[in-house]
Amino acid sequence: MSNNVNTAVEEVQEIHMHRDDFGSKMGMWLFLFTEVLLFGGLFILYAAYRYIYPEAFVVASGELDVFMGGINTVILLTSSLTVVLGIVALQKGNKKLCLSFLWITVFCGIVFLVNKYFEWGAKFHHGIYPKGPALQDMSEGEVMYFGLYYVMTGLHGLHIIVGLAFIGFVMWQIKRNILTADNFQRLENAGLYWHLVDIIWIFLFPLFYLIH
Amino acid sequence: MANGTIAAHGTAEVDFYHVKSKHKGLLAWLLTTDHKRIGIMYLSCMTVFFLTAMTFGVLMRLEMLTPGMTIMTAQTYNSLFTLHGVIMIFLFIIPGIPAVFGNFFLPIQIGAMDVQFPRLNLLSWYLYIIGGGLAIFSLFGGGGWVDTGWTFYVPYSVRTTTNVSLSVFAAFVLGFSSILTGLNFITTIHRLRCPGMTFFRMPLFIWSIYATSWIQVLATPVIGITLVLIILERAFGIGVFDPTLGGDPILYQHLFWIYSHPAVYIMILPAMGVVSEIIPTFARKPIFGYVPIAISSLAIALVGYLVWGHHMFSSGISDTSRVIFSLLTFIVALPSGIKVFNWVATLYKGSIVMSAPMLYAMLFIFIFSIGGLTGLVLGALNTDLHVTDTYYVVAHFHYVMFGGMGIIFFASVHYWFPKMFGKMYNEKMAKVAAIIIGVGFNVLYFPMFIMGYMGMPRRYYDYLPEFQIYHLISTVGSWILVSGILIMIANLLSGLRNGSKASSNPWEGTTLEWTVPSPPPLLNFDKIPTVDHGPYEHPEIARRKEEESK
Amino acid sequence: MDTNNHHDEHNDGHIAEAHHPSYGVNILVWIGLLSLTAVTVAVAGINLGSLALTVALIIATVKSLFVVNFFMHVKFDNKVVKIFIGVCMLIFVIVLILTFFDLTFRF
Repeated sequence: MSNNVNTAVEEVQEIHMHRDDFGSKMGMWLFLFTEVLLFGGLFILYAAYRYIYPEAFVVASGELDVFMGGINTVILLTSSLTVVLGIVALQKGNKKLCLSFLWITVFCGIVFLVNKYFEWGAKFHHGIYPKGPALQDMSEGEVMYFGLYYVMTGLHGLHIIVGLAFIGFVMWQIKRNILTADNFQRLENAGLYWHLVDIIWIFLFPLFYLIH
Repeated sequence: MANGTIAAHGTAEVDFYHVKSKHKGLLAWLLTTDHKRIGIMYLSCMTVFFLTAMTFGVLMRLEMLTPGMTIMTAQTYNSLFTLHGVIMIFLFIIPGIPAVFGNFFLPIQIGAMDVQFPRLNLLSWYLYIIGGGLAIFSLFGGGGWVDTGWTFYVPYSVRTTTNVSLSVFAAFVLGFSSILTGLNFITTIHRLRCPGMTFFRMPLFIWSIYATSWIQVLATPVIGITLVLIILERAFGIGVFDPTLGGDPILYQHLFWIYSHPAVYIMILPAMGVVSEIIPTFARKPIFGYVPIAISSLAIALVGYLVWGHHMFSSGISDTSRVIFSLLTFIVALPSGIKVFNWVATLYKGSIVMSAPMLYAMLFIFIFSIGGLTGLVLGALNTDLHVTDTYYVVAHFHYVMFGGMGIIFFASVHYWFPKMFGKMYNEKMAKVAAIIIGVGFNVLYFPMFIMGYMGMPRRYYDYLPEFQIYHLISTVGSWILVSGILIMIANLLSGLRNGSKASSNPWEGTTLEWTVPSPPPLLNFDKIPTVDHGPYEHPEIARRKEEESK
Repeated sequence: MDTNNHHDEHNDGHIAEAHHPSYGVNILVWIGLLSLTAVTVAVAGINLGSLALTVALIIATVKSLFVVNFFMHVKFDNKVVKIFIGVCMLIFVIVLILTFFDLTFRF
């Protein structure tokens, strides 16, 4: 009888401990699709308002600093690269190098947020914020542009913060050897999330900064 | 995936209710990751929400008994139809069948021991409860009950002083719960099918859940962001939809219906899946046209994305798009028709057992066909303009939603009750309740078609005296319907207390859940099964075939 | 870049089985991405009129394809992932187009 119980328990554990890397990757991808459509709704709004107010969008875009936007693009692309390099390093069993790469990613993410802070701060300083004095004097199309600008870059910034937390969590697990050279799916999932945030910025940059 | 609820003595013989777990009492439920317990938890909460919203509905009908004020003020009436809609749609109809029966039976029907992400599954339940709690809480918070209607149309939802932000946030949280459930189910279906369970050997209920899950994953985020925008617009005055700032309120309607129309198929597809389970079981025949039914689920999911504009025919969208959306709307009727004809063909020459679940399924086909056909009246541009925003629309969507999903929810409870609880209910009482529900339903909603066609607008507190006779009949219908529902619930509860013990396969079903004990053990199967035939090959038929071949 | 392509076609196993990890390819992709960023900024300075948006979107799409295929490893991934991504993008594009059937003829 007790033998019977033991096998059952072992079976229980085997089933619940069993690892399915591809399954968890699939789950992550499905989650990314929800993010794509979350931003998708906003991109539809952007497309609509840009179609309705083409000139106002050009005028409003002049308020943004292409240089800052460009720098932030480079920063995010670099942070994406270091995540991938981190995965490669972990796969090769080089834990220390992996963590160094991920630290660079975290650093880049924070710099991106600081830049955003200064960009938003400058707009606020000039009175360009919802119900702000400068914005109220602008045309309807410009109001829509800045409404979308704040919502889209704000939501994107929020995703950067979430991504940083995810990467931080994964780094902690790598440190404690929970994630290793033959068990790195969670790092890969964190990477997938980070790359998606990067891709969204790849579209936000030309759509908001580069209209002439 | 260490499972916190499994302790040393969990053998396969004990059913999942009585298995010893690390936690005791209520905690054993609240911290469980067992898909069956989570399903039961959804069922109990959903019953509460359903009864709440049903009460609101009955009160509204009572108010409409006479013109002018009967029992409540106009403002209260506005809040009641909003809350009736919000609770019924977001807390009962949308999550209903997938969350309860999908959770309980999806892993068993594909021969798995649990879903792919059991802890995420529990998180979905908590989000559901938090969302539901917020929706109820918004009743008591400052600013008064929401009065926008469940659609939260701007600009009114941005300007009204009632508690819109909280209700909208509740819907957002519920959406998150729905997304996580969908994601979990898709991955489970892809990764955890037992050996031999190919995609085309899956029960049709699983196909419908699969299609539904895709809609949940790919449509819900759109409403999520739309609702967030309402909150931002209310809180910070960010210009997105507000026409005074240059926004376009029709874009809100686009985004809202880009989710909410596919959501109609989140509601109805799982119900169709359940019908495809019940009919072959009680007709004692393999389903007619398995592959077309399976594919039509996916087709409905896809076409469901293309037709949202028909909710906006009279709101000022361009004529070109109205024609296109009208055309696309008619296409949806095709896959739905495929299903109905296949069900009927399955019944043909079957040895039909008219049990309670089967009775509900027949009721569904009758009611849903009326709902579907009146939908075509609404899908055609010219007739739609005549009946837009009248009781005709109210009648139509109650026929497809309540008559579709609601009735099949009742059918599912009756069909799977023996498996879920290990007890039988009183079959005769169940049939009596089903008949009363069927009669009450039609008395309640059919007069709405007539008065809607005559021009009675929906959501109106007051009406002209010539409509009173229809309102009177309808209100009497609501009493019949509610008595039927109460008899049904009482009968099920008494079955739960005093019912005789159910065997593992009381209906002679052929899918995998009928091969395990009732109620199932913690891990469903002693040993993961291997499947070598389709889901509806009845053992009796298989035996006869074998004899013939000899 | 094609050399890594053949190994994972049948990776349906439970444990992730990576393609041969390499630093070099990823760094090359990164350089490509930076160059494309420079191109898109430079092109924005030229007055292309109505073509400007199209060009910007094409460049952004190409960049995303690089990220998806290399950084997100989809190029080496199971077919299911590719089909899933296709379905997701298809739905988005359909929704966008249908919305514009309204906007184009209303404004």
